[in-house]
Amino acid sequence: MSEARLLIRGGRVVDPSQELDAEMDVLINGDRIEAVGPNLEAKGAEVLEVKGLVVAPGFIDLHAHLRDPGQEWKEDIGSGSRAAAAGGYTTILCMPNTSPPLDEAARIAYVLRRAQDAAMVRVLPVGAISRGLEGQHLAEMGDMHCAGAVAFSDDGKPVADAGLMRRALEYATAWDTFIIAHAEEPALAAHGVMHEGAVSGRLGLRGIPAAAEAVMVARDLMLAEMTGGRLHLAHLSTRESVRWLEQYRSRGVAVTAEVTPHHLVLTDEEVARTGFDTNTKVNPPLRSPEHRECLRRALAEGIIDAVATDHAPHHPDDKDVEYDWAAFGVIGMETAFPVLYTHLVQAGILSLARLVEALTWGPARVLRRHLGSLRPGWPADVVVVDLKQERTVDPDAFYSKGRNCPFAGWELRGWPRYTISAGRLVFADGQIL
Amino acid sequence: MPLKSHDVLALEEMDAEDIRLILDTADSLKEIMFRAIKKVPTLRGKTVVTLFYEPSTRTRTSFELAAKYMSADTVSISTTTSSIQKGETLRDTVRTLEAMGADLVVMRHPVSGSCHYLARCLDAPVINAGDGMHEHPTQGLLDLFTIRERKGRLEGLTVAIVGDILHSRVARSDIWGLLKMGARVRVAGPPTLLPPGLEDVGVRVCRTVEEALQDADVVQVLRIQRERQRGGYFPSVREYAKFFGVNAARLGLAKPDVLLMHPGPMNRGVEITSDIADGPRAVIREQVTNGVAVRMALLYLLLGGREE
Ligand SMILES: [Zn+2]
Repeated sequence: MSEARLLIRGGRVVDPSQELDAEMDVLINGDRIEAVGPNLEAKGAEVLEVKGLVVAPGFIDLHAHLRDPGQEWKEDIGSGSRAAAAGGYTTILCMPNTSPPLDEAARIAYVLRRAQDAAMVRVLPVGAISRGLEGQHLAEMGDMHCAGAVAFSDDGKPVADAGLMRRALEYATAWDTFIIAHAEEPALAAHGVMHEGAVSGRLGLRGIPAAAEAVMVARDLMLAEMTGGRLHLAHLSTRESVRWLEQYRSRGVAVTAEVTPHHLVLTDEEVARTGFDTNTKVNPPLRSPEHRECLRRALAEGIIDAVATDHAPHHPDDKDVEYDWAAFGVIGMETAFPVLYTHLVQAGILSLARLVEALTWGPARVLRRHLGSLRPGWPADVVVVDLKQERTVDPDAFYSKGRNCPFAGWELRGWPRYTISAGRLVFADGQIL
Repeated sequence: MPLKSHDVLALEEMDAEDIRLILDTADSLKEIMFRAIKKVPTLRGKTVVTLFYEPSTRTRTSFELAAKYMSADTVSISTTTSSIQKGETLRDTVRTLEAMGADLVVMRHPVSGSCHYLARCLDAPVINAGDGMHEHPTQGLLDLFTIRERKGRLEGLTVAIVGDILHSRVARSDIWGLLKMGARVRVAGPPTLLPPGLEDVGVRVCRTVEEALQDADVVQVLRIQRERQRGGYFPSVREYAKFFGVNAARLGLAKPDVLLMHPGPMNRGVEITSDIADGPRAVIREQVTNGVAVRMALLYLLLGGREE
């Protein structure tokens, strides 16, 4: 590693892991943080003046689909990592529903090798729970863990078989790793394309009831309690899910949870407002306002640990079709912070410190890794955000290959200015370096 | 006075003024259908394309007749759902339509929202001839027309809609049209086939068909599709007919001058019994005639035809 030193000077350092929110400097040495404090001496270090800007630990995305291997026309590890860097992320977890899926050690190794060659940020692969994501037999979780898989999930699909989920949670305890649940009861979600409620009733679109998620959340929590396995609930979208989570967490069950920016900001009404725009089609679906309010409160109160994007790039051909036939999913890494800053922090719903925590220290604790903090000796992953910068979301300017963004045309504030990944400046003033 | 909307996609999006204009225009055009020579030159040189991704002889024929009576040229394209999913995308079909110089496109499609999608891709006006379970605005308009013609008004009437509301695009268009024109709407059917949110828009959801029909001015009976039984929405056709079918005894609860309507095609003996379907209260055949008049009005208003 290079021994280059960089002083990030004069910014407002917001690091919830150390309860910091003050004007300070951050000194980086090589790929590590050397010091954080007021008026640090440059001592020959290169200086980045960031007066008036916010300096925070680099963001961590627990949930991204990089489509590599197999669907590189949608995204690949290089383009996905550039999108991450542009969004202020320095660590991203990539989901195993690639083709072929990440269900054996060699494929985990492939992702890490590609990441080493092409990625601007840290890419941590998630292995499959079941072979071929088929929900039948456990994949070689131990082998994948040793190859570098940080968690296990059949994300994209639920684990319909309760017996398999039980075994996965149990087996994972051998390596102290965890299971990421995409909670969806298939028989209740059957063929649905949006939240089941007044809006789906009006639009004549088949609904996915809130209970389709909540019953699986309840099941998985019971299984986690029974097995002692660590459970992480992906992309929570309903009030009932939050209630179950709260109840089991207060009983000491090892459970964490994430929520996406789109579920925090949009509602099912967006499908009607946009005249059936397929960028409103996501799974789990955009819910009604009372669910959104509950998710916001749960995030503010720390019941939900992290914001994760569920970044799901698709080719325009997959979205430029009739609603029922469009692919589920939206991209999110390049807009997450400004969307949430503008619509939650500026709206007084969430404090800036809590938003930063949900993007840094919150997900780091889910991972139980030395990430998401500016403590001396920890990885030099830093983001510098300009809270005052206002810009219109233009998907054509994204680094992601995906254009399936539900926020196109929105005026947002709070764009990342610099991203430093392992001590290296990878993004500055709108440009990947 | 022109129509405010560029397309006719959903009655939810149309205001009472536009609806009234369409009904009044249909009123004045209807007599053309009873002339010896059923043709006016109003839309000569205009091309109307009917694009049907679901088979529907009656709606397509109704649009084609309407276009012919107004001297427009018609081109019809039909594709089955299976081939559209495998073959040419709707986006590519739009390019073909533009190359053909279509002045107006009428589309029927199995997916809700498809006409909105088409309208976004296409400059020419679009008429929704039924999109999935969403809306069937021209059916809604012809139902309004039929009721208004018979009753002299829509405001203050009580209309009961009976059957599979959940999957019915006709029901959605009827509900919006009736509410906007000041009628009261009640619905009844198996609870598994009632969509959420009806009360929110001002519809009274009745627990029984009897309750819905009590003193109603109009009864619209919806077609029940047999695949709903396979989908697990109700146990048997027999049981459906027994509890949710409209028969003479149930119709007797409505006002003596009730209008009995059905958007067709009927499953006789299931959702409606033959004695009443063919009886004096039924206006089912008039609905078909009025359908042509309403569609003539829409073509006229959207294509900006001149007076004769
Ligand atoms: Zn998922």
